[in-house]
Amino acid sequence: MHFRVPGQDINREPFADNVPDFHYQSSLMQTDKGYKCRITNIVPLTEQEKLFQLRILDPDERNLFRFRPGQFLMLQVPGYGEVPISISSSTSNNEQVELCIRKAGHVTNVLFEAQKGAHVAIRGPFGSSFPMEEMMDRNVILVAGGLGIAPLRAPLFWINDHRDRYKDVHMLYGTKEPSQMLFTYQFEEWEKINHIDLHTIVEQGTPDWNGRTGMITKLFSEIDIDPENTHAIVCGPPVMFKFVCNYLDKQGIPMNRMFVSLERRMHCGMGKCCRCMVGSTFTCVDGPVFDYWSVMNLKEAI
Amino acid sequence: MIYKVIAKPEFEKFIDALVKENLSFGPRQVDTDTKGQPIYQFKEVSSATDIAFDYTTTYSSAKHFLMPFRENLSHFSYTDGDWEQEITYEVKPIVLIGLRPCDISAINILDSVLLNGHFPSPYYLARRKNTFIIGMDHLPLPDCFCKSLNHHTVTSGFNLFCSDIGDSYYVSINSSKAYNYLKEFEVQDPTYDDDCKLIERRKLIKQSFKTDVEVTGLPSFLDIEFDSPIWTKWGDKCLNCGTCAMVCPTCYCYNMEDRPDVDLQGSSRQKQLYSCNLVDFAEVAGGHNFRPKNGDRLKYRYYHHYLGFAENANQPICVGCNRCGRACLADINPKDVINDLRMEKESCMICISESPDKT
Repeated sequence: MHFRVPGQDINREPFADNVPDFHYQSSLMQTDKGYKCRITNIVPLTEQEKLFQLRILDPDERNLFRFRPGQFLMLQVPGYGEVPISISSSTSNNEQVELCIRKAGHVTNVLFEAQKGAHVAIRGPFGSSFPMEEMMDRNVILVAGGLGIAPLRAPLFWINDHRDRYKDVHMLYGTKEPSQMLFTYQFEEWEKINHIDLHTIVEQGTPDWNGRTGMITKLFSEIDIDPENTHAIVCGPPVMFKFVCNYLDKQGIPMNRMFVSLERRMHCGMGKCCRCMVGSTFTCVDGPVFDYWSVMNLKEAI
Repeated sequence: MIYKVIAKPEFEKFIDALVKENLSFGPRQVDTDTKGQPIYQFKEVSSATDIAFDYTTTYSSAKHFLMPFRENLSHFSYTDGDWEQEITYEVKPIVLIGLRPCDISAINILDSVLLNGHFPSPYYLARRKNTFIIGMDHLPLPDCFCKSLNHHTVTSGFNLFCSDIGDSYYVSINSSKAYNYLKEFEVQDPTYDDDCKLIERRKLIKQSFKTDVEVTGLPSFLDIEFDSPIWTKWGDKCLNCGTCAMVCPTCYCYNMEDRPDVDLQGSSRQKQLYSCNLVDFAEVAGGHNFRPKNGDRLKYRYYHHYLGFAENANQPICVGCNRCGRACLADINPKDVINDLRMEKESCMICISESPDKT
């Protein structure tokens, strides 16, 4: 008598040979297979932050990797771990992915040791995005605090690519100290070529700082907001959300026209590990971009 | 589903034949607790005599056969400053014997979370496809509350389910594989008497529950009571050990870790089951913890279990086995926490309005 439960060799199923396409949700695929990338360039921005430019080696995989502003990816550093990083490049740049990374944990610490030419892997893109089409023919206010400018660069690049479709675009950017200000080399280009109304502020000035000092909400006095026709995109530390969104709410911008990008711990990016739960919502699947109304309804979001 | 009746000695013969051919796991007594009661676990068995068919319930759940505590998701091998990622989904087929209805319900819930979500898990699927499940009903322990959550019976998710009707088992056959195996043994079609016995057995089980947890409208309670002081009260008791999640049949949250090989020529990316009660569960790089307090984390576990998450169509994932309550070192159990929460709402001690008269 033979009662052997047969082994169904799951590796023979077709999904195992295909390149995973993370756009195609609910299909069975090799979810933990990353796209192998070469670090093509490393730009030191401040002591704590660097901009990494990556190119996906395989042309097919490079074609698959198309993202929307606000989405993030999981960056794998073999032997060290995997971290969620927001995509900081233009959606029209199909050759390279740019990631603005702060040295904060053990994976990013190792990444800062990496040299040009090293190979890492990415999985993604994951998550929701800013509804850029919805904002067309309207004014846009982008508010960034500290490293919050990294995820805001994607929607800003989008606006720059489609500049004629948007009306007045204000960018408010605040950091703790002048030395922490990122992408200062692009400010002139954004102001002069893309006609972005850029305002910067620091919490604590240094003797050589000529700009404004104070909290980011101070910058609102410098711009005129037309609440009927304005969308806002806010990204920064959780305390900033509250002050900025409350201010914009008082100005009359409806909550569903304010968008924030939340940060959470993540280990999968696919709604499985549950580390990024907010209320009963996954930051990785339903977020990281939420409108402020959803955020208000999510418990413990900010 | 096809129903058959098999005499108990014949059933043992069948199990013996199945167990001898396959890697099988069944309930075995591993120890006794401080009160002298036996402690059972699912352990490898090599013959039918190894299996404690009359066991109460196991201390840990059966989820670890489908989601091992540690699982290699991929392997990186290093060569000349470069690396190659390898992923395999090869698993050995296993037979699980003696799962209780709540255990099978838990597996069904895991299926809906891990196979129907946005990104189905191939690792879980590989194991699930290669698992042969034989379920068995039982009389509830005094603290079981699966009836409150409607998980005291189960209609899918198993290959074979046996109800004890005295001298024989009333068998529900849910797969052709199981049907073919049983062909070799002496089985009868159920008679009218057998059907009656089954109904009586089900009634007996239903009436034996001593613990009842009122879950009607619980999602709404939880939503409203987000800032309730009871979370601090129970949170202060919690030791953040994570035991509840380890023994829970449906807890599936995990952690990812890269482990270097001993020869440093590669590394494995490992998934490790985690608990939302552990302090660093929601801590991000830079040190900010989104759930810094015990109460926050305990509350989150109850939210996940009774409110459910989007991946699971907002269905509660608790099956009412009370393993977490039994294992808890601080004496926290779902029944007390939920009753406390409901009391707080039904006869509020601090607010002005009086409770309505009981009718």
